[in-house]
Amino acid sequence: MSTVNIKINGIPAEVEAGSTILTAARKAGFKIPTLCYHPDLPAWASCGICVVKIEGSPKMLRACAATVSEGMSVITQDPEIHEIRKTVLELILSTHPNDCLQCLRNGQCELQTMAADFGIREVPFEARVQEIPRDESSCSIVFNPQKCIKCGRCVNVCQQLQDVWALEFIGRGDGTRMAGAGDVVLNETPCIKCGQCSAHCPVGAIYEVDETHKLLEAIHTPDLHVAVQIAPAVRVAIGEAFGMEPGEITTGKIYAALRRLGVDAVFDTNFAADLTIMEEGTEFVSRLTKGTGAIPLITSCCPAWTDYMEKYFPDMIPHFSTAKSPMMMQGAVTKTYYAQKANIDPAKICSVAIMPCTAKKYETRRSDNMQSSGYNDVDFVLTTRELARLIKAQGIEFTKLPDEKADSPIGMYSGAGTIFGNTGGVMEAAIRTAYNLITGKNLEKVEVDAVRGMEGVKRGAINVDGTEVRVAVAHGMANVRDLMKEVQQAREEGKEPPYHFIEVMACRGGCIAGGGQPYFTTDEVRRKRVEGIYKDDEASTVRCSHENPEIIEIYKDFLGSPNSHTAHQYLHTEYVPRPLYRK
Amino acid sequence: MSVNAIADIEFSSELTDFITEWKEKPGNLIMILHKVQQEFGFIPREAAMKVSELLDVPLAKIYGVATFYHFFKLKKPGKHNIQVCMGTACYLKGGQDLVEELQSLLGVELEEVTDDGEFSIETVRCVGCCGLAPVMVVGDEVFGKVEKQQLPEIIAKFRNR
Repeated sequence: MSTVNIKINGIPAEVEAGSTILTAARKAGFKIPTLCYHPDLPAWASCGICVVKIEGSPKMLRACAATVSEGMSVITQDPEIHEIRKTVLELILSTHPNDCLQCLRNGQCELQTMAADFGIREVPFEARVQEIPRDESSCSIVFNPQKCIKCGRCVNVCQQLQDVWALEFIGRGDGTRMAGAGDVVLNETPCIKCGQCSAHCPVGAIYEVDETHKLLEAIHTPDLHVAVQIAPAVRVAIGEAFGMEPGEITTGKIYAALRRLGVDAVFDTNFAADLTIMEEGTEFVSRLTKGTGAIPLITSCCPAWTDYMEKYFPDMIPHFSTAKSPMMMQGAVTKTYYAQKANIDPAKICSVAIMPCTAKKYETRRSDNMQSSGYNDVDFVLTTRELARLIKAQGIEFTKLPDEKADSPIGMYSGAGTIFGNTGGVMEAAIRTAYNLITGKNLEKVEVDAVRGMEGVKRGAINVDGTEVRVAVAHGMANVRDLMKEVQQAREEGKEPPYHFIEVMACRGGCIAGGGQPYFTTDEVRRKRVEGIYKDDEASTVRCSHENPEIIEIYKDFLGSPNSHTAHQYLHTEYVPRPLYRK
Repeated sequence: MSVNAIADIEFSSELTDFITEWKEKPGNLIMILHKVQQEFGFIPREAAMKVSELLDVPLAKIYGVATFYHFFKLKKPGKHNIQVCMGTACYLKGGQDLVEELQSLLGVELEEVTDDGEFSIETVRCVGCCGLAPVMVVGDEVFGKVEKQQLPEIIAKFRNR
C-alpha cells in the first residue's frame, strides 16, 4: 500500500494514497458528517454536508469525493465549516415534512440524527415541501417522494449496484425528483423488488410495505392457527435493532419472541432450505449425470433474481432450477404435511414468513404454483425490520428472552440449511449433498472455500470422484450480466458450458444483507453477519441437508423421494418471460 | 433480449438511418433525442422505448436526460406552441405578465394544451434578442416588445392557421 503524508486538523497522519479525505479522516478518528454518501456506492457529492477546508486553498472541498495528496493539510472542523454545514442541513430540512413522530424511520433516520447532532431548534427558511403523491403501486416497496432529500442513494443503488434501472432522477434544479424509470409508478418499471433502495435510503422516502398489522390480526383471530417461519439471514441481523452486535446468532430468541407475540407454531425456513437442497441437489445431479435438463443449473431461491431473469434473461429460463425457494417450500409443507400431522384444517392455518427480503412479499403471489396446497402457501411476509418493530411495539424485551426451540416436524435444520443466508451458501449446501448423491459418501471437509467471500463473482472447480464440477457464484445484481453473457456465448458457439452450476443472489453478500434487513448495512456489517451464519453452521451437529432427521422423515412419510410426483406438485414451480415495462 | 417487442411506433427512414449512424458513438443519446423531437414535435413514450431498445440504453436514462434539458418535451405541444422568454431582460420587462395573460386568454396552464389542440404555452430561457424584451416566439415567428393588449390579436392570427 503506498501512502501519503497529510495533516488533519494539524495532526500528521500517514494515509493510503488515493483514498478520499473522508475515508482518511475517519480512519484517523475525525468525524465528518455525511448524508448522501454511502460506503457501498461511488461518491455522489450531492448534499454538501461533508465540506472541509484545505489550507492554502480558497474553496471548500467535499470530503467524500476529494482525494488526499502529499502534504495536504485538511481542516475538518471550525466554526465557519460548522455554520456552512448547518445551513445546508437547514435548507434540506426546509423541504422535508415535519412529521417525524409519525414516520416509519422515527429513531432510525439519518436526517433526524443529524438534526439532533447539530442541535437544530428552528429552521430559518420558509418550508417548501413538494406536493407529490405517494407511490403505493408495488407489493413490496412504498415510495414517498415528499420525504426524499434527493441524496441519490436509491437511484445509484438501483443502477450501479443492482443494474436494474427502475429508478431515475426526473427534472432538474429544485424541481428534481426521484421517480420510476420513464416516470411511471414503480410497479410498471423493471423493479425487481430487492428493496436495496429502501435499505439505503437515509430517510423515510422509500420503505417496505408494512404488513405488521396482518400478523397481529391473525394472532387475534380465534380458530386461526398461525404458523411462522424465519429465514436463515434473520437470525444474525435482527439483534442489531436491539443494540446487539451484527452477526450475533439470535435464533432461539426469535422463536421465543414469536411465541410471546402469540404465534401458534414456530418453524424455521432452514428446514425448507434443507428440503430445497434435496430437490435442487437431486435435480442438479440428474441434469449432470443423466442429461435431464439444461446445464448450467442456476439457483432460483432469490425472488428478486428470478424476477430479473424473467425480465432481462428470459432465454435462461430452461437453466433455472424448478425447485421453489425455501420460503415457498416451507409454506407448502406447512399447509399439507404439517396440517395432516397436526390434524389441522389447512384453511385454518395462517402461514407467515419472516424474511430479510422485500421481494419475498412479491414471491408469494408470483404464480399459481404459490398456492400448491390449495391455499396461499404463504399468506404474507414480514421483513426483519418489520418483525423488530413489532417486537418493540409489543413490549417484548428481546435481549432478555430465553433461547427456545422450533416446533416439529418442520423446524429442525442442518448447517447446510443455515448457510443459505450467505452468498455462496446455497452452492455450498448443494455441493455437500450432490457429492453424497454422486459418490455415496460425504465430503471429508464440508466447507467449500472457493464459494465463500465477498468477491462479486466467485468461480471454482470441485472434484467429485475425479469429475470436475465447475461452479460460479454471483451476488449484487450488477455482477450477474457478464456471467450470463458467458453462458449465452458458449451456447451460441456450441461450446461446452463454462459452468455446471451457478448461484445468484440479488443482494451484495447474499440474504444477510437483503433489502429488508436492519438499516446501516455496510461491508463491515455484512462480514460480521456472514461470520455469524458460518458459526451457526459449525455449531450444528448435522452439517448436510440429507442427514437432517426431519428431512428424512418428511420423505418417508409424505414426499416419497426427491423429485417425486408429490415433490413436484408441492415443491417445484415454473418461470415465464415478463415484460420489462408494463406501460 | 427481453419479451418487449420493439415498441410500436414507426420511425422515418431518415431517423432510422441517423440512429444507425450514431449508434456506437459516445454522446449519441442527446443527438438522437433531438432528431426524434424534430420528427414528432415531442418525444413520445413509445419513441423513447424504441430508442432504448435500439441503443440498449435503459429507459430510465433516456427520461433522465429528456427531463433534465428544458428543450425536450415529453408531452405533445399544441399546433402552435407559444414560447415566452423568461431570460433576465424579458423577465424584468414583464415576461411573467405575458404568461399570466396567455394562461387566462387560453384557459390553460404552462406546458398544457388547449382542448382544441391549437395552442400550448411554455417558458424558455433567453431567445437571444434581449433588446426586444419582452420576447415571445410562436412557431418560427418572433414577437418583440410585446404588450399584453397585443396578445388576443397574435392568438387570432395563428388560430386555425
